[in-house]
Amino acid sequence: MSGSAIRCEGISKRYRIGERESYQALRDILANAMRAPFRRLNSASRRSTAASSAAAADNTFWALNDVSFEVKRGEVVGIIGRNGAGKSTLLKILSRITKPTAGEARIDGRVASLLEVGTGFHPELTGRENIYLNGAILGMKKVEIKARFDDIVAFAEIEKFVDTPVKRYSSGMYVRLAFAVAAHLEPEILLVDEVLAVGDASFQKKCLNKMQEVGKHGRTVFFVSHNMAAITRLCQRTILLDGGRVIADGLSSQVVGMYLRAGTGTVAAREWSENAPGNDIARLKAVRVRTEDGQITEEIDIRQPVGIEMEFEVLQPGHVLVPNYHFFNDEGVCAFISVEHDPTWHRRPRPTGSYVSTVWIPGNFLAEGSLIVGGALSTFDPGMVHFYEADAVAFQVVDSLEGNSARGDYAGNIPGVVRPLLDWTTRYTPTKEQAEIDAKERVS
Amino acid sequence: MAVGKVSKGRVDERNEGEQLSRLAQQTSDTPVLFIRPPRGRIPLELGELWAYRELLYFLTWRDVKVRYKQTLLGAAWAIIQPFFMMIVFTLFFGRLAGVPSDGIPYPVFTYCALLPWQLFAHALTESSNSLVANERLITKVYFPRLVVPIAAVFGGLIDFAVAFVVLLGMMAYYGMVPTLAVFTLPLFVLLAILTALGVGLWLSALNVKYRDVRYTILFLIQFWFFITPVVYSSSIVPARWRALYGLNPMAGVVEGFRWALLGKSEGPGALLAVSVGVVIVLLVGGLYYFRRMESTFADVV
Repeated sequence: MSGSAIRCEGISKRYRIGERESYQALRDILANAMRAPFRRLNSASRRSTAASSAAAADNTFWALNDVSFEVKRGEVVGIIGRNGAGKSTLLKILSRITKPTAGEARIDGRVASLLEVGTGFHPELTGRENIYLNGAILGMKKVEIKARFDDIVAFAEIEKFVDTPVKRYSSGMYVRLAFAVAAHLEPEILLVDEVLAVGDASFQKKCLNKMQEVGKHGRTVFFVSHNMAAITRLCQRTILLDGGRVIADGLSSQVVGMYLRAGTGTVAAREWSENAPGNDIARLKAVRVRTEDGQITEEIDIRQPVGIEMEFEVLQPGHVLVPNYHFFNDEGVCAFISVEHDPTWHRRPRPTGSYVSTVWIPGNFLAEGSLIVGGALSTFDPGMVHFYEADAVAFQVVDSLEGNSARGDYAGNIPGVVRPLLDWTTRYTPTKEQAEIDAKERVS
Repeated sequence: MAVGKVSKGRVDERNEGEQLSRLAQQTSDTPVLFIRPPRGRIPLELGELWAYRELLYFLTWRDVKVRYKQTLLGAAWAIIQPFFMMIVFTLFFGRLAGVPSDGIPYPVFTYCALLPWQLFAHALTESSNSLVANERLITKVYFPRLVVPIAAVFGGLIDFAVAFVVLLGMMAYYGMVPTLAVFTLPLFVLLAILTALGVGLWLSALNVKYRDVRYTILFLIQFWFFITPVVYSSSIVPARWRALYGLNPMAGVVEGFRWALLGKSEGPGALLAVSVGVVIVLLVGGLYYFRRMESTFADVV
């Protein structure tokens, strides 16, 4: 049972720019062939071989560049990185959808990959038919699907609609069914790509639990996600990719911190200039964590208040906009959500301009540990999210042992997502004997 | 709460036991997999294709099921199309143009050829477009890509079977009894399918890269129809050229059908041998070409 499940050595993948997403028409091939002699003439006249090889290099890019790592059997490993870092390409190579340009991967065990929920689902077919079809596509045998059929239907909670075409399903039912089929695959190695981004919160939780269960059964899970909370909760180990290379590989909490810190040097402040999250109505400019006296901080004393500041720009007037924050602890549990309730802007359309909204979390409220903050700007009626930056900032709450925080003089581990310092009242009634002693003392 | 935990623990234990035994089974029959860049001659790996035969079945089944669910007349289409074509051909070619039909009643003569023709035309269209149509599958799941065009080819067999019943009815009406040669019919059905697959493999792989192929297919099928003896008999081709006519494998298929079912025309002989040879070349070449292009499908499609 021990040994490696996946071993990658120098995996590289080169794409020609444009090749990845577009196909060619014969016309283009002919046009290129016509142009080719002239191009050659041009480069010859420049008599610069370096320039032409640079041009050739410009036409390609390395989605993955010399990626090596090893995953032990039974390990649950997370892969994180920005868009275009090579996460999906890596997963596609490991699931044999595309071939590497160089390098070698060795996979020891039955693999199943889940790059998308509901691959091959056909809207005209019923739930029952799609379970069989999707199961077969994911590599299950017909007998295996038959044996797990009832479990799948129960997990998806679609008992009543098994024989209804899935085009009549709500999107929630559709996703539940699709995930249920995938969740009942029993491979030794499971490759998963960002499939939990769909579905409602309670079902997401169910899926996370199912995946945790999968990890416990000695199966190897390779999990790509943008959801830092899910990564830290599910994976002991995380690999950070950037520009097709492995930047970090280690304990999830450390690697996630490193990822969040990248660019600004701190996880406590993030600013966007280009590619700012948002739409035509509003854009996120910055999110910062501040102490009471305005310092940007990564670490806050549990007794001190902490402010989360969101700077955003309204580009289009006339919309009611509500900034809000989502707070997750390092187990990925949502501690709470806070929605702006500044009476000035309550139900009032905002004119264009720049806004800075800050929420103050009082001291003696949060539990110690790291908190990952997601920042969003929403409109509730009609429901619309203008941006949601899932891992905008993070900070660490530190509980000192001075005895005046909620922990008192207790030095051990305290569970819970909040640790408020609350008011206590105590009523004391002395025993008869004690009352007599007290009375005597008072006399003397 | 404590009680809940205990009972849950027990469930987990049992699952784990099951799991271990299952893992043991799986490990014993899963070889280590190496993922490497494509290099040199790529093997066909038909064994792997066999391992995925259930997927082949499910994909064919999906195509058939969806086609019938989405149409108003369903299976009736399988009859309507060849039947009306037969009427038109009988009227214009049989009656008005007086095309000879080897002494067979013209409606039976042409309908008998329309059956394999439709099977072929359907299979060719579907398999050529199959990779593009299943783009989602190809970019998201691994399986031997050959499954896709092969599954597409088989989808027309149900239509064929339905339309075949009508042929039997027509033969009974004209009092025609097939000879023992009828038992060779499945071989000609297979030949029609393999012809479609042989060409379909090339076109489907090309279609991934060059979408012009889609427009070519319609033209190709029309063209092919006229060089295939559906409305006329291959006997109008001079005898010394007839073997050469077999370079069109569908000529071999159609003449094979007429011989197996109607028994009137002479055995296809040399013409058929040439057809079989052409199909083998097309098919083997198609398989290797497909496998060579396969590694780029997910990146290009």
